[in-house]
Amino acid sequence: MPVVMDADRMGRTLTRIAHEILERNRGIEELAFVGIRRRGVPIARRLAQTIREINDHQIPTGALDITLYRDDLMRHAVGPQPVVRRTEIPFSIDDRRILLVDDVLYTGRTIRAALDALIDFGRPKSIQLVVLVDRGHRELPIKADYVGKNLPTSPLQSVHVHITEIDGSDEVEIQES
Amino acid sequence: MKKDLLGIGDLASEEIHLILDTAEAMREIGQRPIKKVPTLRGKTVVNLFYEPSTRTRTSFEIAEKRLSADTLNIAVASSSVLKGETLADTAMNIEAMAPDMIVVRHPSSGACHLLSRICRSRIINAGDGMHEHPTQALLDAFTIREHKKRIDGLKVVIVGDLLHSRVLRSNVLLLTRLGADVWICGPPTMVPPGMERFGVRVSMAVEDAVVGADVIMMLRIQQERMQGAFFPSLREYFNTFGMTAARVARAKPDVIIMHPGPMNRGVEIASDVADGPYSVILEQVANGVAVRMAVLYLLAGEPEGE
Repeated sequence: MPVVMDADRMGRTLTRIAHEILERNRGIEELAFVGIRRRGVPIARRLAQTIREINDHQIPTGALDITLYRDDLMRHAVGPQPVVRRTEIPFSIDDRRILLVDDVLYTGRTIRAALDALIDFGRPKSIQLVVLVDRGHRELPIKADYVGKNLPTSPLQSVHVHITEIDGSDEVEIQES
Repeated sequence: MKKDLLGIGDLASEEIHLILDTAEAMREIGQRPIKKVPTLRGKTVVNLFYEPSTRTRTSFEIAEKRLSADTLNIAVASSSVLKGETLADTAMNIEAMAPDMIVVRHPSSGACHLLSRICRSRIINAGDGMHEHPTQALLDAFTIREHKKRIDGLKVVIVGDLLHSRVLRSNVLLLTRLGADVWICGPPTMVPPGMERFGVRVSMAVEDAVVGADVIMMLRIQQERMQGAFFPSLREYFNTFGMTAARVARAKPDVIIMHPGPMNRGVEIASDVADGPYSVILEQVANGVAVRMAVLYLLAGEPEGE
């Protein structure tokens, strides 16, 4: 299982993305992070923390669960239903510029579901996509605005992101299946 | 989850916790500006009610609509049941129109089990006779857990018409399974024999039963189900078993008072208690929608063992 990103590298990658976000967005008070459960949430929190260390501004951060918006829920129902977790967006997204955060960008279907879910909460001014890893193989016309690492993979491989808050360590690894 | 939700008796503790955890997530949907998710799009749910119901039917219908299911209500008062059609025939005719789920309330215990055997659709029991009312017990447990952060080890006192109550049976099964110390209290004529086997304590004196209670759950005096005289008068019932402020004062200071509704004010519960600071009766109603959304969502998956 080759590790393609260790804790040190992940820390520097997130710092770089935080700077890119600041560079590209003037009017920081309109920004808000929404992390996709599960691992998008701690990544979003870290980006918010890093930005606060840079310019002392706290960007509000929410958590979005997209399970109820999945396009494969009732289509190939095998086994129990996926666990639904709480969505917590403690601010209005109306007229904000939303930074949607996930760990891995793959087919794009999670992002499609997340966009549908977000629109149910209001009408943001814009939505930008932040991912730690882009592994390719898109099935929908979706592209990330901020990418931690482009990782060429084969569809047979799986990419696992470990985040300390959930998994006890920071690393990204590729598994052959 | 199994194919149907017929009673708490069929649920393992993990499944109960899964339903309650899922309901936590579902509750947030009710607080959004757009209270709807696309999850059950294209699914058809039939609400088949053979008994009058406002709360439960409305609650199921709102839950179904919030999940984007297509819903239709069959109230027996306006259906061909009045022309003599049997339950099984009605069910098979509904089934022929290929709904995905049927929510059933029926005055006969076991009606849902009958439908479960003959229908391919998922059956959800919304109250069958004097047997079970599983979604009520689940929403009660959800409400208790929200206030007390646990169910294990709590003293829960259930007072009222124990004999005719499906809410009692479902609650006893659920609360004892999750480790609560359950007391039941009512007139001797209304205590079903052998209840101790379910691991509950039986008391005939409400003053004793409520001492140190974390939760007091009132049951409705179901005059429509009573055949014969179980107590001399409603006034005497209230004097002996009615939940008054003086009786509530014997419980823990942070006790919560619950009632599945509809309430008979001045019969099983005094108005000042029903509307008082300990009362969570309207929260129960609000939580009912979230719990029913959880049940509908979880049952929509592939059933176990197929």
